[in-house]
Amino acid sequence: MNDIILINISIITLLLPLFGFGLIILFSKRFPKLYMLGIGLLIVNFVLAVILLYAKLSNFLTQDINFQFTWIDFGNVPYLGNVHIDLGLKIDNITVIMLFVVNLISMLVHIYSLEYMKGDKRFNRYYAYLGIFTFSMIGIVIANNLLMIYIFWELVGLSSYLLIGFWYEKKSAADASKKAFITNRVGDLGMFIGILIVFTTYHTFTFDSIFEQISNGVLPFDSNAWLTATGILIFMGAVGKSAQFPLHVWLPDAMEGPTPVSALIHSATMVAAGVYLSLRIFAMLTADAMLVIAVVGGFTSFLAATIAITQNDIKRVLAYSTVSQLGYMVMAVGVGAFQYAFFHLITHAFFKSNLFLGSGSVIHAMHHEQDMRQMGGLRKKMPVTYAAFIVSSLAISGIPLTSGFLSKDGLLAGSLAFAHLTGHWLLPTFGFLVALMTAFYMFRLVIMTFHGEPRNKEKYNHAHESPFVMVLPLIVLTALSLFFWYTPNPVGPEQGWFLSEWVRPAETVVPQETRFDFMKTTGEEVSGHSAGAVVFSEEYEHAMHWAHIPTLILSLLLGGLGILFAFVIYHWRKIDPDELAEKFKSLYLFSLNKWYVDEFYQATFIAGTLKLSYLLSLFDKYVVDGIVNGTAFVTRGISTVSGIFDKYVVDGLVNFTAFLSGLIGLGFRRLQSGRIQTYLVLVIFSLILLLLFFEPF
Amino acid sequence: MESIGLNHFLVVSAILFSLGIYAVVTRKNAIMVLMGIELILNSANINFVAFSRYGNSGLGGQITALFVIILAAAEAAIALAIVLNLYKTFAHVNIDEIDKLNS
Repeated sequence: MNDIILINISIITLLLPLFGFGLIILFSKRFPKLYMLGIGLLIVNFVLAVILLYAKLSNFLTQDINFQFTWIDFGNVPYLGNVHIDLGLKIDNITVIMLFVVNLISMLVHIYSLEYMKGDKRFNRYYAYLGIFTFSMIGIVIANNLLMIYIFWELVGLSSYLLIGFWYEKKSAADASKKAFITNRVGDLGMFIGILIVFTTYHTFTFDSIFEQISNGVLPFDSNAWLTATGILIFMGAVGKSAQFPLHVWLPDAMEGPTPVSALIHSATMVAAGVYLSLRIFAMLTADAMLVIAVVGGFTSFLAATIAITQNDIKRVLAYSTVSQLGYMVMAVGVGAFQYAFFHLITHAFFKSNLFLGSGSVIHAMHHEQDMRQMGGLRKKMPVTYAAFIVSSLAISGIPLTSGFLSKDGLLAGSLAFAHLTGHWLLPTFGFLVALMTAFYMFRLVIMTFHGEPRNKEKYNHAHESPFVMVLPLIVLTALSLFFWYTPNPVGPEQGWFLSEWVRPAETVVPQETRFDFMKTTGEEVSGHSAGAVVFSEEYEHAMHWAHIPTLILSLLLGGLGILFAFVIYHWRKIDPDELAEKFKSLYLFSLNKWYVDEFYQATFIAGTLKLSYLLSLFDKYVVDGIVNGTAFVTRGISTVSGIFDKYVVDGLVNFTAFLSGLIGLGFRRLQSGRIQTYLVLVIFSLILLLLFFEPF
Repeated sequence: MESIGLNHFLVVSAILFSLGIYAVVTRKNAIMVLMGIELILNSANINFVAFSRYGNSGLGGQITALFVIILAAAEAAIALAIVLNLYKTFAHVNIDEIDKLNS
């Protein structure tokens, strides 16, 4: 197995879903069963991803595989030198793991949807859209340059738009798809500017080449501040896609799409692309940029968790929980816990898509009822779904023996270590508060849905466990939410193969003076040229080690407390939740209304845009239209004058000429008498006159 | 007494030419018109002969005059035939009234 084969396999995995998309879109009318092809291709793709994962991790564990070719060669451009645009793939450990996750979840969702979407009139098109989504997501994952990432980034946005608005007859779904697309554009604009700055400075989009030039001291506009700005601008793309504050508003609305889509796109893969991008550009992030990222992530996770507590729609709770967990990952990137950010990205992908598919199973059983206040007592009717929910909820709450515990603990420890080294204690505070709230709202969800007495008897009686194709993905994902896939020690993630062998922290390349103190390299390479610098200095390792035990205790305590609260309030009903809501009415409403962020945007940006468009329309109406109408009026006036001139002067001349000719003709007509003798006389007289006049002799 | 020179011939010729024109323009009878034409031709003949006699172009003028006489004879023959036919058709030879082709 050599690297050429790996490259070829990854290109095939990229193109197969696109192939499926094309076939299904073109021929779905003729072959109504064509969706089976989409599923088959995804299964092949998954197998290929497994092969890739195995081959990479067993043969090329510490070696990255690059493949690059020149796409467009501009030749020698004046003032710029040689400019060419390269495309290529970079297969490293992160890539193959992401490929595995994307393909696995995509395949499970394909299978799951067979039952969930059964009878939909656009069934084939649904599978086509899933195919193009998978294609674009794989594109992001394997790209080795910013340009390809940007292209696939937009394609992912497009497929997200198509899938959120899949039931476009529903106005709410159509609105949500538009909202998602437009909100994402705001972030993408920043990312685009960032990419342009990078290309202007380095004349390349390829990550490795950019990093190499940065480590050689080439900076955008020769300024550290611009390097920070570039990092933050590219991160803005992640803010949009990963639904970070202030662009998080689209993700909860995106739940209007089909539930399997929410599981695939809006919890596990696409929204994680933002985190993935942040990890890819991690090496070029300065201390200031990282701090901004950490604060954005920490605040987002806090905000979303507080909102999730009071929501009643089962999917909305999960959506806000996703935003909150993404905030965690972004914060982990910001505090330098590179490995844990990626680790949480993977574990979260499994348990969150499990939760979403579980909620889809519940919604399916309840005949598309999403309000948790209508549910209850489903535990007995749906044992498998319930088990999947419990395991995933434990994972997201960070209870030992689950995967979530490992990654969440790691990133909380990272934030604690970061606070210890730099003094930003707000970040771990957010982190631990969120841990408490996460446990609380997740078990609030579980209890309201599965425990207690059924609140809606009629729907409860019709409820039933979902069929096998829907239960199978739940079982697979539940298994993947347990610890033993990642490490042999259920409380020590850093001893596992995942962190110690597979995922290595990226090496930062930014100039020494723009790094955090604990990330500065010591020893022989202090001169600023430090290509071999490692993120995790010994100092940071010490801090992580120090933070490990307090984090373990604190997060366990807070997670347990959250679960306890949930049981006290919603299961044993020692405290009436309605009374509690009444007591803290303002806080409750603040949370229920999502911090009024939507209302704020409505009042400022949307109303402002509308007002501006109104003003512009006035400008159009009176100035632009005025100019056009004025021109028309003036033209008409000139034409009238010109018409009069034509009629009386030009026509007059023409008619006068004709009249004159007529008059003359009238006179000469008499000469044409037909008498030869008259003519002869005339000829002779004319001859005589001519002779007299010219006197030829 | 002045001897007869070129000018005398030319004057005679001019008078004959004018008379011929006058005849052609004024007469209504076709025969008269033809006679006018004969006068014109003969005035030209006088000129030819006179120039031949007083000029230095040899006998060319006289020979031309002979040709003209021959042509005039031929012309008279044809023209008289036409006039005869006119007379047969219209019972007169008044050229003012022979306007059947006109309009």
